[in-house]
Amino acid sequence: MEPSNTPETGRNDGAPGPRHAYVLRLFVAGMTARSTRAVANILAICEEHFAGAYELEVVNLYERPSLAAGEQIIAAPTCVKAFPLPQRRIIGDMSNTGRVLEGLDLVTHA
Amino acid sequence: MAIAETPGHHSRIVQLSKSPTGIDGFDQVAGGGLPAGRPTLVCGGAGCGKTLFAISFLVHGATRFDEPGVFMSFDESGDELAQNVASLGFDLPGLVEKKKLVLDHVKIERREIEETGDYDLEGLFVRLGYAIDSIGARRVVLDTIESLFAGLANQSILRAELRRLFRWLKDRGVTAMITGERGEGTLTRQGLEEYVSDAVIVLDHRVTEQISTRRLRIVKYRGSAHGTNEYPFLIDEDGLSVLPVTSIGLTHDASSERISTGVARLDMMLGGRGYFRGSTILVSGTAGAGKSSLAAHFLDAACRRGERCLAFVFEESPQQVVRNMRSIGIDLQRWVERGLLEFHAARPSLHGLEMHLSRMHRAIDRFQPSVVVLDPVSSLLRVAQQTDVQATLTPASRTAGPSTSRPTWRSRRSWTPGSC
Ligand SMILES: Nc1ncnc2c1ncn2[C@@H]1O[C@H](COP(=O)(O)OP(=O)(O)OP(=O)(O)O)[C@@H](O)[C@H]1O
Ligand SMILES: [Mg+2]
Repeated sequence: MEPSNTPETGRNDGAPGPRHAYVLRLFVAGMTARSTRAVANILAICEEHFAGAYELEVVNLYERPSLAAGEQIIAAPTCVKAFPLPQRRIIGDMSNTGRVLEGLDLVTHA
Repeated sequence: MAIAETPGHHSRIVQLSKSPTGIDGFDQVAGGGLPAGRPTLVCGGAGCGKTLFAISFLVHGATRFDEPGVFMSFDESGDELAQNVASLGFDLPGLVEKKKLVLDHVKIERREIEETGDYDLEGLFVRLGYAIDSIGARRVVLDTIESLFAGLANQSILRAELRRLFRWLKDRGVTAMITGERGEGTLTRQGLEEYVSDAVIVLDHRVTEQISTRRLRIVKYRGSAHGTNEYPFLIDEDGLSVLPVTSIGLTHDASSERISTGVARLDMMLGGRGYFRGSTILVSGTAGAGKSSLAAHFLDAACRRGERCLAFVFEESPQQVVRNMRSIGIDLQRWVERGLLEFHAARPSLHGLEMHLSRMHRAIDRFQPSVVVLDPVSSLLRVAQQTDVQATLTPASRTAGPSTSRPTWRSRRSWTPGSC
């Protein structure tokens, strides 16, 4: 059971390749104010830019510490864009929307 | 576990508990090892041996002291690391399998990362904490955490988080080793010495006249006595070893026992009984004066008594020595075959003086001879500054320094462990 407190738009049912245009995983360390901010910020961006076409999973590292090494997490919060490739890591409370969009490859680097 | 210090009271410092590294010679100069339950900084230039030092500390912890360890690498991958140390006889995959070791490679790709506001390094803490808990680790290595500065832009967050990390390591009570690369005018590029202040070790690798020397110095060790000199160290197929050469005191016992020189007339001249056991004898003379022959007589006599002998030869191969001595009626080969006599031949120009001494030290530790011959000691002069040889050899040689006349070979009995 994934600890997820955000609306997940359904999972891939075994079909090859993700069903959604965007697959994101947000790793936080406990539900602190900063974590909550990060969740709200990334959610707003997703809804605005790819409503209905994304999957966002929020993972609390304290509950699943083994994932930190496996997913190469050092900072919290870290949002991993798993799909589409290339993989990217957006770290911080996601308050700098411009940077988040760059991280999601929605806008190119200035 | 670490015991509280009593700041300001030099006379009443509670002895810190030590975590032995198992690195030959190092624990001796560090008064038993690293401060247990505290972080130690190991720094130096590129390729100076930081990673090998750190991995030796972990592997020995796991194999000899029942202290499992976590190696968090910010540079090499686990596979690279395993390959690099396989030549030293360390089996990292085996230790991982036995849950004695965790290898975690922290990959930081600058171009994969976008920084968007406030964050901390809690992910790293969770990761390290999980690794420690998964095997009950008592030792931790971070090699080298400074790489974080290349991967993340926000330096003030990094600094605050590193400070927190080192405090956290202390609270966890693990003995930690943190490596850092030498900076301009600072011990480490990011000034880690400011955060990790319990113990600081500097490694150094110099190449002068194509001869390489490695040295180690303990710059700081809070609450503990330690040797402050630069100690030569060696990396070879047996791993890392430090030569505690200048820690030799002049407190060795002076035996009054005598042993034969192997030449009856010479024994007569020396009070009818020969050399003192445990003494250093310098034989000096011009080319062809018979210095090597005198050494051979001494070796032969010792082997006849059933004592073990080690001969370091710098100008001839063992085969040549055996052949030449056969011509004066001494059969050294039989002693070699019986395992009583061992030759170590090395071209003087092959290594620096420290390297020669480290190798000799190691050979003696291993073979435990009661007689050692160096033929000729003057060869070592050619690979070192005269002052170097004096500084390094003199404390060990008791009867004469190598700078006097023309030293050719030294022999001594009753090797005192730790001396050279
Ligand atoms: N089996 C071996 N025999 C002799 N020397 C070895 C052996 N294995 C490694 N070395 C030496 O050890 C040195 C590398 O040590 P190490 O990787 O620990 O250095 P480092 O300080 O961590 O370097 P870096 O700055 O690249 O991280 C090299 O100079 C290499 O010559
Ligand atoms: Mg290294």
